[in-house]
Amino acid sequence: MAGPARLTREDVAHVADLARLHLSEGELDLFTGQLASVLDHAADVASLDLAGVEPTAHAMAVTNVLRLDEPAPCLDRGEVLGQAPSVEDHRFRVPRILGEAP
Amino acid sequence: MTSGWQMVIGLEVHCELKTATKLFCGCPNVFGDEPNTNVCPNCLGLPGSLPVLNQQAVELAMAIGTALHCEIKPSTFHRKNYFYPDQAKDYQISQYDEPLNVNGHLDLPDGFRVGIERAHMEEDTGKTSHAGASGRIHGADYSLVDYNRSGVPLVEIVSDPDMRTADQARAYVTELRAILVASGASDGKMEEGSMRVDANVSVRTAADAPFGTRCEIKNLNSVRSLGRAIEYEAQRQIALIESGEAVVQQTRHWDEGAGRTEALRSKEDAYDYRYFLEPDLVPLVPDAEWIRAVGDTLGMMPAERRARLVGLLEESGGATDAQRDQITTVVDLGLDDLVVEAVAGGVGSGLALARTANEAATDADAARALDPKSYLELLMLEAGGLLSATQAKAVLAELFVRGGGDPAAIARDKGFEAMSEDSLAATVAVAVDGHPDEWGRYCAGDDKLAGFFTGLVMKATKGQANGKAVAAELARLRG
Ligand SMILES: [Zn+2]
Repeated sequence: MAGPARLTREDVAHVADLARLHLSEGELDLFTGQLASVLDHAADVASLDLAGVEPTAHAMAVTNVLRLDEPAPCLDRGEVLGQAPSVEDHRFRVPRILGEAP
Repeated sequence: MTSGWQMVIGLEVHCELKTATKLFCGCPNVFGDEPNTNVCPNCLGLPGSLPVLNQQAVELAMAIGTALHCEIKPSTFHRKNYFYPDQAKDYQISQYDEPLNVNGHLDLPDGFRVGIERAHMEEDTGKTSHAGASGRIHGADYSLVDYNRSGVPLVEIVSDPDMRTADQARAYVTELRAILVASGASDGKMEEGSMRVDANVSVRTAADAPFGTRCEIKNLNSVRSLGRAIEYEAQRQIALIESGEAVVQQTRHWDEGAGRTEALRSKEDAYDYRYFLEPDLVPLVPDAEWIRAVGDTLGMMPAERRARLVGLLEESGGATDAQRDQITTVVDLGLDDLVVEAVAGGVGSGLALARTANEAATDADAARALDPKSYLELLMLEAGGLLSATQAKAVLAELFVRGGGDPAAIARDKGFEAMSEDSLAATVAVAVDGHPDEWGRYCAGDDKLAGFFTGLVMKATKGQANGKAVAAELARLRG
């Protein structure tokens, strides 16, 4: 069974970009090697014959964990906004956003 | 639509669920509160907070699935990762490859069936406003974020690309809205953003041609905008293709003021959301008994409610086209119970429907809050000739202002007394004497003149005369 294509340096650069991480050239080399070995380890599982084995959605065999639709206390707004670097008009003030919400 | 072309339309509708609290935390789900007052560590994405699923939200989502004839299935939640300040966590919890509801359908009032691909649960985002000259993102200096809406439960309803005209898209959203309101899942207020519509539009030259490249239109805040945006977008795509260019798959923003769509981003920079299973939530697995219990709580759906009113009109020879429109209005506004109770109380179905569609509908909130008994009494006064149509409307307006009351007492307060038969007959006689030519034509069989004389009597009595009594008196005089 053919495993997924081997992880490239470009893949790592793309993932880092998606995560807004700025990696140096040296770091890209380092993490490409490290991530590739993690994926190789996962690929070992892919080589097993798992036909007839139920997929695991969660580590615990628990379903339907629910709470009642009852209000709980909220945080104090002053305290919440007090943590923010910048506030205006009782709202979090953030740098200019490029592009609409995805 | 330009001849030789056909539109293909699919709609994605986000519906906020009418719960007391948010999807994964106990913060109140309320529209219009002071900014950042309904927030907690969970919906602010603070470290260590854990989501717990709201049972009522699940049951409302199942109610929507049931109302849309979906299969309700075991489902899971995923994290949809993206950086945008409307989500403090930097991801949105949504259902991805295993949604709760799949494979349903919605029948438009004319019988056209639209497939429902899925109706899945997810959390809403916070509200961003853009400070700067334009109020739009472009040119904004910075943005302000209110997280009250962050984590509010949503169901996203994705239709199949089955619609072929803007009218069908409008009818779909109108009917879906009525279903969401009837199922108790939503208040259906598009103007407050509790229902938001995105449209996928493409064009093709023949009904059996493959689908063309589609564009997704966002920012459709009303049924009217939806129709206009679809028409505009289809024409834009046709013009491109006819001039030899290709349609580029992209997301476009509807500018209501300018009446056009504008590109937001093209597919090349489409987001890579890196979905993965939300490790802090377990699968949601509704069993048959739970699904049945939720289904049992569902009230009558709009189609059934309309059929009920059509049935009431059978006794008077069946609903006319105009009455079918009235029925749609009354059901959309949730006022049909008023008609049903009035008819059960002895009011003619035509009168009950007309008063509800024309007068009660002008203030639907007040009408829904009205005691059906007061409404019945008012219509009985009118049906019995004790109040003219004009007077009945005035009393109804007063009932709305007061939030209820005794219609007879209000009529007395307003000085509305039914005209005695003698004074009515005298007024009719004056009208007849003053217009011998018209009277002659009426007597010769021109029944339209009855309206002319009724108008004169109404004018003379300032609307206090009962129209039916006038008509009866005219007929009696003609012999
Ligand atoms: Zn919260």
